[in-house]
This record gives sequence, structure tokens and C-alpha cells, in this order.
Amino acid sequence: MTARERLQAPLVSLLLLLVLLAAWHIAVSGGGSAQEMDPEYAKLMGQTATAGKSAMPGPIDVAKTIWGHLKDPFYVKGANDKGIGIQLAYSIGRVAIGFGLAVLFAIPIGFLIGMSPMMNRALNPFIQLMKPVSPLAWMPLALYTIKDSSISAIFVIFICSIWPMLINTAFGVASVRREWLNVARTLEVGPIRRAFTVILPAAAPTILTGMRISIGIAWLVIVAAEMLVGGTGIGYFVWNEWNNLSITNVITSILVIGVVGMVLDQILAQAQRLVTFPE
Amino acid sequence: MTRQISIEGIAKRYPAPGGGETTIFENLWLRVDRGEFVCVIGHSGCGKTTVLNILAGLDQPSEGCVIVDEKEIAGPSLDRAVIFQGHALLPWKTVLGNVAYAVSSRWRRASRAEVEERARRAIATVGLAGSEDKKPSELSGGMKQRVGIARALAIEPKILLMDEPFSALDALTRGTLQEEARRICRETGQTVYMITHDVDEAIYLADRIVLMTNGPMAKIAEIVVNPLPADRRQGEIHHDPNYYALRNHLLDFLVSRSVSFRDDPPAGYDPRNPPIVRLDGGEASRSPAAAIRAA
Ligand SMILES: Nc1ncnc2c1ncn2[C@@H]1O[C@H](COP(=O)(O)OP(=O)(O)OP(=O)(O)O)[C@@H](O)[C@H]1O
Ligand SMILES: [Mg+2]
Repeated sequence: MTARERLQAPLVSLLLLLVLLAAWHIAVSGGGSAQEMDPEYAKLMGQTATAGKSAMPGPIDVAKTIWGHLKDPFYVKGANDKGIGIQLAYSIGRVAIGFGLAVLFAIPIGFLIGMSPMMNRALNPFIQLMKPVSPLAWMPLALYTIKDSSISAIFVIFICSIWPMLINTAFGVASVRREWLNVARTLEVGPIRRAFTVILPAAAPTILTGMRISIGIAWLVIVAAEMLVGGTGIGYFVWNEWNNLSITNVITSILVIGVVGMVLDQILAQAQRLVTFPE
Repeated sequence: MTRQISIEGIAKRYPAPGGGETTIFENLWLRVDRGEFVCVIGHSGCGKTTVLNILAGLDQPSEGCVIVDEKEIAGPSLDRAVIFQGHALLPWKTVLGNVAYAVSSRWRRASRAEVEERARRAIATVGLAGSEDKKPSELSGGMKQRVGIARALAIEPKILLMDEPFSALDALTRGTLQEEARRICRETGQTVYMITHDVDEAIYLADRIVLMTNGPMAKIAEIVVNPLPADRRQGEIHHDPNYYALRNHLLDFLVSRSVSFRDDPPAGYDPRNPPIVRLDGGEASRSPAAAIRAA
């Protein structure tokens, strides 16, 4: 890429954003008149009908709402009215716990599978069967056995994070170059030290790829899970605002969910860059 | 001189694709003395790497055993360092890290400073001082191979096993590295078992050259004693009166006898004591095999 192209890309992005915002603005601020309408009906429907204004909020409304949330993200006004920052913190906390548990579980088992072709074949049917199941399908079972909605959500995150990490760890471990293992063998390096000094660094980029896929899925799933279990979290917030018919807040949430997902992904991408080695 | 390595009747067989077994080699015997530099020459696929891996303990023979210092080997050992073809450096470690990894495996209780000190010394020996903090990907092929040599030498092994260590290098780098390898091995009295495809490399480096026939069922055809003086210089070996006789003998073997010998070994060939060929003296010192060739 030349310096010029590097400069062009953000400019085009900015331009697209402006076009999008403008189109949005024009689309929702209608211009029709309400002359032929029954005045009673017009009164009932408010501006939506009288000024031909759409029920969809425009970019300016959303920007105002976002600003409002940003000014005071952590307020608590009763069980059903907490700031968006608090709701996000709940969701991120659940994802962090579920994902963290999945890491503790998937990486050692992935090692085991990767090092032993026998274990690989033995566990493969289970993995193949469980992997395509939507994590939300576990929700009723989780609610029934755990009887706590918040922990159930964490469990669902745990389940959906496991598979990509497990599969990638096993693959990364199994495909460590033979000559690197032979180096460790000729140096009489014991199995534990070999796992940490040769296999782990060699497989780390593949493992991090799995973790990155997992965190992406976990962030997708947490919203749906929280819509189901309710109570707290950004998923619950979205559903609650839909029930309040506050489309502005729903749109705000969508943007916030996107930003947080992007940040989570970038954190893992950065970690991946740290462990990647050029050959 | 005392015997250090004794290969005693080893065989290696693999299951053949259509059932049955392929015998890469069998009943292979070879002895190497302490401080000796042995080069093995043979065509691709005859089993040289397999023998080296068995010596290293990375592979097991289907039959027979290998005795090193009066003990049968059971697996890899720090006493036998391997310089792998294609260097096998750990790419996520620096030059220093790679060498220090070997040093800390050899001296487990050594302090950090001690490990680093030894590693730095080994790196300096191969002429890489100043590149300690580079990653392998930042090095040229010759430099990587040097790190591999430094890593092997740093653990002060009793035996050095080298699998075509210089074959991937350009002629100039190869020459320099051969010279350094020979100097270091002579200074430290290292026992070396080295595989090569390059006849001139064997002539320059080896005290004895082991000729392997083609596979399958490869044999050690003969062991050629290098007639060149011990203080030979790389650029001058072709002026030695014995050089062409030796070179021709090796090339003849590779060109034709590597097949004919396997299919039709000379009468009296004993795999336990392959004929020893000396090309420096008169006919009297020639072994039966050389006499047959001359006939
Ligand atoms: N795992 C295996 N299964 C079946 N055959 C094998 C296996 N490993 C090696 N061989 C065979 O053993 C023979 C010897 O292989 P080896 O690598 O020792 O050859 P080499 O003499 O080192 O050749 P080169 O000079 O090309 O390195 C080859 O013919 C190869 O096909
Ligand atoms: Mg080989």
C-alpha cells in the first residue's frame, strides 16, 4: 500500500459514514402533510401522523441518547432501570467468566487430544456431535440444573467458547513440527518442560486463533442468552427497551454491542500478534 | 584410540504398501573411535538419516543395537548432540535463547548468568557474536546453520551427529563453515558422525569415509581411510598426490558400484567387517574390495 492509498481508505470510510447518516436522516424525517386526516386520529397518533414523521429515530436522536448514556453510564434507578455501562459490565463479566473457564478446560484437553492420536479418535465423535448444537439449546437444561439465571448464562458462554478453542488447540499441538520436538528430545527435556517450552509456543498462534473465534461467538451468544434469562446485561437491556418501545435505545445498544465486540476481538488479535513468530 | 560407538547388526524395516515388509538395511555393523571424524556417503534414500536417527536415539532399530561408551543406548541423550538438516532452530526464540535452551537443559542447576555466559561463548565460537538477540528469521541460511552448530557444541557432547549440515548453503559459506567445523572438532577432540552428499566435503573433513550402497537392503560397502595429511587446508587438498585417486574412488562408487555392490557383493564380503580401503600406499595395503575394483 502506498501512503496515498493508506490515506484514501479512512477518507472513503468517513465519506460512507456521512452518506449513511444523511440517508438515515432524510429517510426518517418525512415531509408529508396531515391535512386530510381526521383531527381526532391525528391527535391520537401525535407527530408521527401529523408531520409525516417516521417512528424511527433519526441519527440526531440517537446521538443525543448516546450522549446521555455516556454522561451517566452507571446510574441505578431500581431493578429495571440501570445505566448502560452497568448492563455492559454484567455482560462482559459473564463473557469473561464463561470464556475464562472454557480456556482452563479447552486448552489442557486440546493438548491431550493433540498429543495422542488415540484420544483424538476417542473424543472426536463427542466433539462432532456437540459442536453444531446452538449454545442456546443448552439454556433450558442449564436453568433446570443450575436454577440460577446468571450462572446459566455463564454456562452457555462456557459451552459455546469451548469448541473452537478445543479444536484449534488440538490441531496446533498435533501439527508442531517434528524437528522441534526432536530438538527437545535430544536435549532430554522432560514432558512438562517440553509442553511449556516447545509445544505451547509452537501452537500458540493456532490456539489464539481459536480463542479469537470463541470470544466472537461468546459475544454473539451473550446478547441472546440475556434476552432469554432477563434481569441484567446488555441483552436484557435491548429487550427491555424494545418493550418500552424505545427504538433510540435499541439502536444505541446495537452500536455499543458492536463497539465492545470489536474491542474484544482486537484485544485477542493483539495477543495473537505477540505470540506469532515469523519462520 | 578407544572405541566410542559400536553399531551392532542393526536393521530397519517398514511395512511395505502391498503387505509384507521393506528392509531398508539389515545386519549393519560399524565402529567409530573416540575423536574420529567419520563421514557417510550414499545415494538418497539408502538409509543414512535412519542410521543417524538410531544413533541419536530418536528412532529404534528393528533389530540389533547400538553401544556407546560400553552401554547400549536407550533413547536420546545429551551426550549425543544432533545438528539437524534444515537447522531446526526454535523460531520464537532468539539466537541466544536457542543456544541457552540447550545449555540450560544440559546444566539444569546452573544459574541464569552461567547459562548465558556459556551460550554467548558458544555463539562466539561459530563467529556470531553480536547477533545474539536476532530471531532465526532474521538470519541467513549460513548463520542459522551456525546457530545449530553452536547449540550442539554448547552442551559439550561426547559425540556430534550431523545430517548434511552444509548441503543447503552456497559454496562459499559452505567452505567457511566446513573449515570452522573441522577446526572446532579437532580442537575439542570431538567424535563426529556426519552424513554428506558432497565428495569433496567428505575428503576435506573425514578421517574415514563410510560408503553405503543403494537401498533397499543397503550395506556398508567399504570404509575408505583418508590418506590426506591431518593438517590439510581446504583450498589446497586438490594438490595432494592422493586426492584424485581418492576422489575417483568415491565417485566411481557413487556412479556405478553403489548398485552393483549391493546386488552382487564380492566373495568374502563380511558385513561385520566391511573392507577397509587405503589408497595411499602400494597394492599391498589395498583391501580385497579395492583389488577387485582394480581388476
Ligand atoms: N516412516 C517411514 N515409512 C516407510 N518408509 C520410510 C519411513 N521413513 C523412511 N522410510 C524409507 O527409508 C529409506 C531411508 O530413508 P532415509 O531418510 O534414511 O534416507 P537417506 O539416506 O537419509 O536419504 P537422503 O540422502 O535423501 O536424506 C527411504 O527409502 C524411505 O523411503
Ligand atoms: Mg537424509
